Amino acid sequence: MKCTRCREPAEIHLRAHNSAFCRECFVFFFRRRVQKAVERTGMFEGCSRILVAVSGGKDSLALWDVLAEAGHTTVGYHLALGIGSYSDHSLETTRRFASERGFELHVDSLAEEGLAVPDMMRATRRPACAACGTAKRHHFDTAALHLGCDAIATGHNLDDEAARLLGNVLHWQMDHLARQRPIMQPTHEKFVRKVKPLYLTSELETATYAFMRGIDYVVDECPNAVGATQLTYKAMLDRLESASPGTKLSFVRDFLERGVDAFAAREGSSAGTSCQQCGMPSYGLLCSFCSLREAVARKAASAAATSAGTARAHDS
Amino acid sequence: MKVRLKPQNRELTVADVKRVADLLERLQIVPGTVLVIRGQQLLTDDARLAPDDDIELRSVVSGGSW
Repeated sequence: MKCTRCREPAEIHLRAHNSAFCRECFVFFFRRRVQKAVERTGMFEGCSRILVAVSGGKDSLALWDVLAEAGHTTVGYHLALGIGSYSDHSLETTRRFASERGFELHVDSLAEEGLAVPDMMRATRRPACAACGTAKRHHFDTAALHLGCDAIATGHNLDDEAARLLGNVLHWQMDHLARQRPIMQPTHEKFVRKVKPLYLTSELETATYAFMRGIDYVVDECPNAVGATQLTYKAMLDRLESASPGTKLSFVRDFLERGVDAFAAREGSSAGTSCQQCGMPSYGLLCSFCSLREAVARKAASAAATSAGTARAHDS
Repeated sequence: MKVRLKPQNRELTVADVKRVADLLERLQIVPGTVLVIRGQQLLTDDARLAPDDDIELRSVVSGGSW
C-alpha cells in the first residue's frame, strides 16, 4: 500500500478517511487534523496557559506532544490514583515523558490524601470509574485554578466520544447529551473551560501518532476498566466501523453539527454555592469530591471502632 | 511466526498466514483495533508476512473515565 500523499510505502491505512500514510505524512496529517479541530471550535481563543491532564496513556501524551509542538504554553498535570503497580507505572511513564522534553509537570497523589481509588470504591460501594472520575474532575479544576491555567485539555478521542454518545442515546440521558461537546464553558468563576482537542481523531490515530513519535506510553489497561460498559459500546462501534468505515466520525460529528443544540435547554445550571471544606463550587454544603472524602473517613472510623471492639473482647 | 498480544502479554505461534489481514482474521481481531508492529515499523493489512516474523499486536482500545 502506498502513501496517499507522497506514494512512499504506507505504514497505516485509515479506512475512515480512505487514505494511507507513511510516517512523515501521517504525523503531518494528524497534527493538521487536531489543529483544524482546535481552530474550527475556537477551543483556545483567549487562552494563554493550558493544563493538560496526562494519565501516561497514548491519548494524553499524544495530546501534550501535539499542543506543545503547535506552540501552545502547556502545563502537565498527573493525578496518581493509587491503583497499585498500574498507577506507579503510569506516574513513572508520565514523569519520564515530561523530563525528556523539558515539560512542566505537576503531580498530586490520591493515596497521599488517604483516598486511593480502591479505598474510595470500598467506602462508597460505587463503581471504581465513578469515584475515580469525581476525584479527577475535582483535582483538574483545583489544579487549573492554582496553576493559573485558563483551559483544561483532556485526551478524550473520537472513540471515547462515540461510545459516550451511544450510551447517552441508549439511555436517553438528555442532560448528558446537552453537555456532550468538545468545549465545556465554565459555569463558575473558579472553573475554567474544558476542551477535548482529539474529539475527532480515533484511537487508532492517537496510538499510531504515539508510536511514530517514539512516545513510550502505558499500554496496560486500568485493572478497574475490565468489564466497563464503555468497552462494550466501543466493541460494538468497532464492528459497525469495520462494516462501514467512517461511522464513528459521522456519528459524533453530525451529532455536534445537527443534534446537540436540540438538547441545549437541558444544560445544567451553575453551581450556586461553595463547598464548606474545599471552597470549590458546589450544589450543596459539600462538593461531590468532599462528600466522597467524608464517606471514606466515616468508613475508616467505623472499621477502627470495630477493630478496637474486637480487641477489647479478646482482652476480656 | 511469533505473535505477541498486548496488553494481554500473551504469546502465540501462528502458521500459514501470508498477510496481515489473514493474521487478524485468523485471530478474530477487528481491523483498526490494533497496531500491527514488526520491529520499529507499523504494517498495513496488505503487508506480507514471513514465517520467521516476530509480530506485536498492540490494542489501541482504552477504557475508564479519563
